[in-house]
Amino acid sequence: MKTDHILLDHGGGGKISHSLITETMLPIFDNAIISRLDDGAIFKIEEKQLAFSTDTYVVDPIFFPGGNIGDLAVNGTVNDLAMCGAVPLYLSVGLIIEEGFPMTDLEIILNGMRIATKKAKVKVVTGDTKVVPKGAVDKIFINSSGIGLIPEHVNISGHNARPGDKVLLSGSIADHGITVLTQREGMNFDSPIVSDTAPLNHMVKRMLLACEDIHVLRDPTRGGVGTALNEIAISSKVGIRIYENTIPVKDEVSGICELLGFDPLYIANEGKLLAFIEADSADEVLKTMRKDEFGKDACIIGEVISDNPGNVFMQTRIGGTRIVDMLTGEQLPRIC
Amino acid sequence: MPIKHLEEYRDPEISRSIIDNINKISQKKIRLMEVCGTHTMSIFKSGIRTVLPETISLLSGPGCPVCVTAQHEIDAFIALSRTDDVIITTFGDLMKVPGTTSSLQGERANGHDIRIVYSIFDAFDIAKKNPGKKIVFLGVGFETTAPTIAASILSIEEMKINNFFVFSAHKLVPPALLALMESSDVKIDGFILPGHVSVIIGTKAYLPLFKKYHIPSVVAGFEPSDILQAIYVLVEQIETESPRLDNAYKRAVTFDGNKKAKQIMQDVFEVVDATWRGIGSIPKSGLKIRKEFEAYNAENVFEIETIDSIDPKGCDCGDILRGLKIPPECRLYRKTCTPMNPIGPCMVSSEGTCAAYYRYHSIE
Repeated sequence: MKTDHILLDHGGGGKISHSLITETMLPIFDNAIISRLDDGAIFKIEEKQLAFSTDTYVVDPIFFPGGNIGDLAVNGTVNDLAMCGAVPLYLSVGLIIEEGFPMTDLEIILNGMRIATKKAKVKVVTGDTKVVPKGAVDKIFINSSGIGLIPEHVNISGHNARPGDKVLLSGSIADHGITVLTQREGMNFDSPIVSDTAPLNHMVKRMLLACEDIHVLRDPTRGGVGTALNEIAISSKVGIRIYENTIPVKDEVSGICELLGFDPLYIANEGKLLAFIEADSADEVLKTMRKDEFGKDACIIGEVISDNPGNVFMQTRIGGTRIVDMLTGEQLPRIC
Repeated sequence: MPIKHLEEYRDPEISRSIIDNINKISQKKIRLMEVCGTHTMSIFKSGIRTVLPETISLLSGPGCPVCVTAQHEIDAFIALSRTDDVIITTFGDLMKVPGTTSSLQGERANGHDIRIVYSIFDAFDIAKKNPGKKIVFLGVGFETTAPTIAASILSIEEMKINNFFVFSAHKLVPPALLALMESSDVKIDGFILPGHVSVIIGTKAYLPLFKKYHIPSVVAGFEPSDILQAIYVLVEQIETESPRLDNAYKRAVTFDGNKKAKQIMQDVFEVVDATWRGIGSIPKSGLKIRKEFEAYNAENVFEIETIDSIDPKGCDCGDILRGLKIPPECRLYRKTCTPMNPIGPCMVSSEGTCAAYYRYHSIE
């Protein structure tokens, strides 16, 4: 889709973002590494397999239950590397701060980053700070990039899903997106929901010990589980079938989703992962995930099928079937 | 916070036993219309179409407020958004609806101040925080939203806000159903009547429709088992040739409806003829702000530039809203008209039939 202006949808993580990337950006930066469109770039330097990833954080509000823009920026990039099967090692951090931003807020954010790096066992080794005049950014934006080492024999990519694979999900969905939403100006919710922002690299490491041959890992951030599954179905040229009754959604999250007309399948997560694993090894990996603090509610939500490549289907609770499409823009609330 | 009691209406066992019962009694080939857009979405999301016998076709009706908003109203919203010192406040679904020359989303990208709110009271807050601006709320919706808007108009003076205005494009459901039945090309064997609207207006409001046409009609809730139960009741009425006006949503809907809400609506709005997309002018089917509140009526206060409004070319939204066509029969569907680049409103709204088909319909 061509438009004269950038719309918010272009950053929504769904179909419109996807087309901006594939139609406008990929042709410019065309190379074999970027065109795989995985969570991070994977390449070899002197026989070592490396993962390299970058992400920019503009969350509003910058402080929310369960975290802040600082730990989000660390965890997000750590997870992008982990989803390549890498052990995350070093991060860079770029701050763009609005003139007049309270120093105490900056300290809270930096402290959040410190705790997050400790937890993920990564180091911030380089950084940059820019201050722009009031109004040129909204409070603070953070970019973080990271680099990690991929162990030998590990080959994880969105292209690797195969018919027969089981689809594993590490826990309840939509917690982060709904938490942030309820904290927005004008949303007067008093809810106990907290963001799930968390580093997943330690769990991934254990999963790889349980099964070296994990086919796909993906953290379903913007666009949610629905969009992530579609991306994998397209990249791997397979169909995916999931079961509505197996997907964990917290009562509070599902209540707010209903009130506002949101589908939790398309709401962002910041501490969850999807894993595609051969059926024989799925139970073993599931057990490992459930032992991890961020995978206690892990479950198998579906499987890969050879029919209808590029499509995701859901068997509904009443036994019906429907398509799960990619998110098609910002999720908007219903009006009646 | 969680609405726990809904779980019982989602119990797959209950739904399956209703599906079995529908299969047992359904023999005639019938066409049922779910009037409300929220029903349409629930039907698609839960896969109800895929579990019904082939004898039953479900048609989506004109119960998506954004979809039935006339093109000239959309164009007026867009013109208003270009007015100096105006902040438009709206529910989100209206943002992408293409007008004749632009959309609210396009106007926002062009730098005009258009804000999505979740309640009209959020729009009040914007008014208080921006005393130098004029805040216009776009009132689009049925009897469900109209009482809240009416109540807020009543409280504007009390709250000492003098920069808040409402553009009322509200519409009424029962007159539209009468208009549908009057048009000879529409063939409907039964109505699944809206739940939320009926909470306000009560089942009583459908008596004129029922008395005139004796069409099987059932008010339904929104959970899969609610909708399946309503379908079962309709099939039973049709198979036994005993049409009734039934209420299968008794936990929320009464015969009289919400008298207080109806009174407030009547105090603030007068019933007028209104243009519905796809159906045309329907007598006594719209709500305009009464004269005594005209100081808050955006249509009076602002000089809104009018243009020759043109419905999107080739778009079959009108026929789809009347149940004459299904989205795949429109030549624009999935080709040039998609949720990313919607041409007609039925593809824009989260409750639009085309959006539901696009998002949830299985490949056949």
